Amino acid sequence: MHTKMRLLSRKATCNTHGQDSSYFLGWQEYEKNPYDEVKNPTGIIQMGLAENQLSFDLLESWLASNPDAAGFKKGGQSIFRELALFQDYHGLPDFKKALVEFMAEIRGNKVSFDQSKIVLTAGATSANETLMFCLAEPGEAFLLPTPYYPGFDRDLKWRTGVEIVPIQCTSSNDFQITSSALEEAFHEARRRKLRVKGVLVTNPSNPLGTTMTRNELNLLLSFVTEKGIHLISDEIYSGTVFSSPGFVSILEVLKDRKCENSQVWDRVHIVYSLSKDLGLPGFRVGAIYSNDDTVVSAATKMSSFGLVSSQTQYLLSALLSDKKFTRNYISENKKRLKQRQTLLVKGLEKAGISCLESNAGLFCWVNMKHLLSSNTFTAEMELWKKIVHEVKLNISPGSSCHCTEPGWFRVCFANMSEETLNLAIQRLKSFVESMNSQSHHQMLKSSRRKSLAKWVFRLSFDHDHREPEER
Amino acid sequence: MNIHPNSKGSIFRRGNQPNPHDPTSNTRRTTHQPDSTKIHRNETHSATTRHSSSSNTPSNPPSPSSSSPNLAELSRTSSRLSLFSRVGSSGPVSVSSRASLIVRENDSPYYIGLEKVSKDPYDKERNPDGIIQLGLSENRLCFDLIEKWMVENVREAMVGRDGEHLSINGIAAYQPSDGLMELKVVKLRVSVTLLFMMIALAGFMSQVMRKVVSLDPSQIVLTAGATPAIEILCFCLADHGNAFLIPTPYYPGFDRDVRLRTGVELIPVHCRSADNFLLSVTALEQAYNQARKRGVKVRGILISNPSNPVGNILPRETLHNILVFAQEKNIHIICDEIFAGSVYRGEEFVSMPEILVEEFDKNRVHIIYGLSKDLCLPGFRVGVIYSYNKNVLALAKRLTRFSSISAPSQRLLISMLSDTKFIEEFIKTNKQRIQKLHHSFVDGLKQLGIQCIESSAGFYCWANMSELISSYGEKGELDLWDKLLNIAKVNVTPGSACHCIEPGWFRCCFTTLALEDIPVVMKRIRKVAETCKSLS
Repeated sequence: MHTKMRLLSRKATCNTHGQDSSYFLGWQEYEKNPYDEVKNPTGIIQMGLAENQLSFDLLESWLASNPDAAGFKKGGQSIFRELALFQDYHGLPDFKKALVEFMAEIRGNKVSFDQSKIVLTAGATSANETLMFCLAEPGEAFLLPTPYYPGFDRDLKWRTGVEIVPIQCTSSNDFQITSSALEEAFHEARRRKLRVKGVLVTNPSNPLGTTMTRNELNLLLSFVTEKGIHLISDEIYSGTVFSSPGFVSILEVLKDRKCENSQVWDRVHIVYSLSKDLGLPGFRVGAIYSNDDTVVSAATKMSSFGLVSSQTQYLLSALLSDKKFTRNYISENKKRLKQRQTLLVKGLEKAGISCLESNAGLFCWVNMKHLLSSNTFTAEMELWKKIVHEVKLNISPGSSCHCTEPGWFRVCFANMSEETLNLAIQRLKSFVESMNSQSHHQMLKSSRRKSLAKWVFRLSFDHDHREPEER
Repeated sequence: MNIHPNSKGSIFRRGNQPNPHDPTSNTRRTTHQPDSTKIHRNETHSATTRHSSSSNTPSNPPSPSSSSPNLAELSRTSSRLSLFSRVGSSGPVSVSSRASLIVRENDSPYYIGLEKVSKDPYDKERNPDGIIQLGLSENRLCFDLIEKWMVENVREAMVGRDGEHLSINGIAAYQPSDGLMELKVVKLRVSVTLLFMMIALAGFMSQVMRKVVSLDPSQIVLTAGATPAIEILCFCLADHGNAFLIPTPYYPGFDRDVRLRTGVELIPVHCRSADNFLLSVTALEQAYNQARKRGVKVRGILISNPSNPVGNILPRETLHNILVFAQEKNIHIICDEIFAGSVYRGEEFVSMPEILVEEFDKNRVHIIYGLSKDLCLPGFRVGVIYSYNKNVLALAKRLTRFSSISAPSQRLLISMLSDTKFIEEFIKTNKQRIQKLHHSFVDGLKQLGIQCIESSAGFYCWANMSELISSYGEKGELDLWDKLLNIAKVNVTPGSACHCIEPGWFRCCFTTLALEDIPVVMKRIRKVAETCKSLS
């Protein structure tokens, strides 16, 4: 009923959540026609889901040998009652301890974390939003280097009213952050009359799959120190670094620069989650780590809006406390990720497609500029539609990640079996070959544009779709 | 093991997040509504009386020039910083005004009480002189039933039927065998597990509401507890600066849940002991009109049925009248029915779905539910929004990304809730035990000369200790609360924290006790009661 629409809040009727981004549209197409090895071998292969499914067997075998953890038992005794009642927003101490130790281990124990400074949240999605609520007023802004995870447009802005101003990075230097890009972003914010509250980076980067260099980290630190603003480092992929140069956490740089007693120490905050490193997105475990007591206190209380289930905390505290297991898991997981990434990179190479050299993450940042009919985002969308509909692969176009240059795509490699990955590579190879042999893409250009317009038009009215949980 | 169920600063769902109070504030005898216009317009935070300061959140209608929503309560320096989105303003940034706000909530009776209990909790054997916790609306009466079920079923629940290994990844174990299921999965665009959860919750809610109505699983949105459920509804139904009408006394947690991050205001509609603290539509009408005069847009009414802290259930006629009122004013109704399964008295509990008939526009009705009370599982974080409004459902579903339910918990609960025979028994036994304790507790208080409102539900009783307070006002009430906490060593919830307009009322939760604890409690209260009586 039309009158009822007026009854809802402005948030209900606006589009700040970016739901019509191509990132989500691709998901929808996939859901209509999902690939299944047996039941639907010609369906769309999902390569837009940054999920780590490579090491479930390790987790499953641990669970099988540790039934107490899932069975609410500790040392054979039932602790069900305590867990059932436990909703303390300070979190289960055993879990926090195990979590911070795990985080330190991922960083080669070069830094250590204080468990009293960690806040548990229902996933990193909740952690990022909570940090925005804690650090910025509606209408203020955070600077983010492009390309960035499309979900940030929703997670950081939607309910918080905070704005994002991009720090434009380019392929000329492999999308690294430069001081001029930082300054330019700051000035852009000024031009838009937005007060900048901080910078948010994802390290390792999504969608690039690269770890930030020490140089970039130092640059960032100097920048936020000079401007007197916050720095959020979303290190959700820190455990997926599978080759050199290795992962350098912002905390390490802070330590090296002896910033422990400086003002900037309190303004650096880390976001973490077990969704990527442990491949447990369904568990909804995220964390905020901050040296600022007020932030920790405020975020802790706000976490009431997204607490982690006590059962989950207990299960994971047992898992993560098993140091033998975690050590083995971390190294085995990295091996498998590296093997997969190599598979994809080499496969793409054979198809004449190059990737940004990456050492982390669950995806590759793929360069398909040469396949574009023109160096425009329209052409990028055309190519993307072809890849989704003809090649039957759901990959993420760079424009959805706010990339400044057309032609880049994020392609995930850890969320399917090796056979499926090989099939995907094969399909792409065939597609590229057919593109090269004919110049039919000239003909298709105009008809594609018409059907693209119709398609997007139709879909933009369909608001009822499932949220992709992953990045 | 390191779990502290009563550890300090815990947020327990009911009755433990009172508003910061000003111990030097005036008596509450003056009615709130007429004063509110004056207070809301000019006051800075520190100078307000308890009622208006109970919101550390905007009581001013938002002025068009401000960029910050929370002007009224900011200190001068921080308000200057956030007031103007001034680019390049000097000095390093600090935290947001919302962060400062939430951090300041520490000086309320609830936190003090909880902290004290956590440092010195009563234990019959190990700490018989410790503080007895009556400020926590937690139900511990039926864990034996759940544990028994777990022993008999949990291997299956976690591992899957027929030895099928459910495992961490094992959503595969729930392959829908019937095509209809598959259709639903695609149509609702949820995972299979989530669909099963929705079905299980709909079934459970139906059972709790005495099977009078059957609930539609597709009208359910699942959240990590009822706390985010209410916040999400507020984001859907109201804009910053809008308001909800709410009968007092009310669950103190609403002040945070409804207001903190949404900027939505709560306008109290005072209920009185003469009416047994039941809501009257006249009072609703009055509050609505006053809000309009102030230029505040009322978006809906927030009611709790059964109510907290009083434990009333709303009569059919009142519910009907509220629906008529909402229809007339074209506003929403949020009905928090989280205690629906704890109705122990014969009186009929009428839930919202039951009373909604064709003549009412259902699009404006939304129900909050959860497993924290009726199934005694607050730790697993399961909340429900049940709505008839497709748009609200769609939006709320998207917002659950910030507050989603953990997968392992889903699996266990699907299994448990699907065991309808167990649930039937559980609901029945639970009510019986609550009733027994309630009877014994209220009787005990009666013998001390303390009367309670005749309640039919909930884990608590609403006790009138006004004869024991030294001065008839908030100060007197808090003095008594303090005495009870520090001398009697019993932690109860003062009515002022629930915005009760009449001083002297206290909420006492009894479901954390065993029957044999009650005489101990009464003996301690008697000690203080006698000293108070002798003083007056």
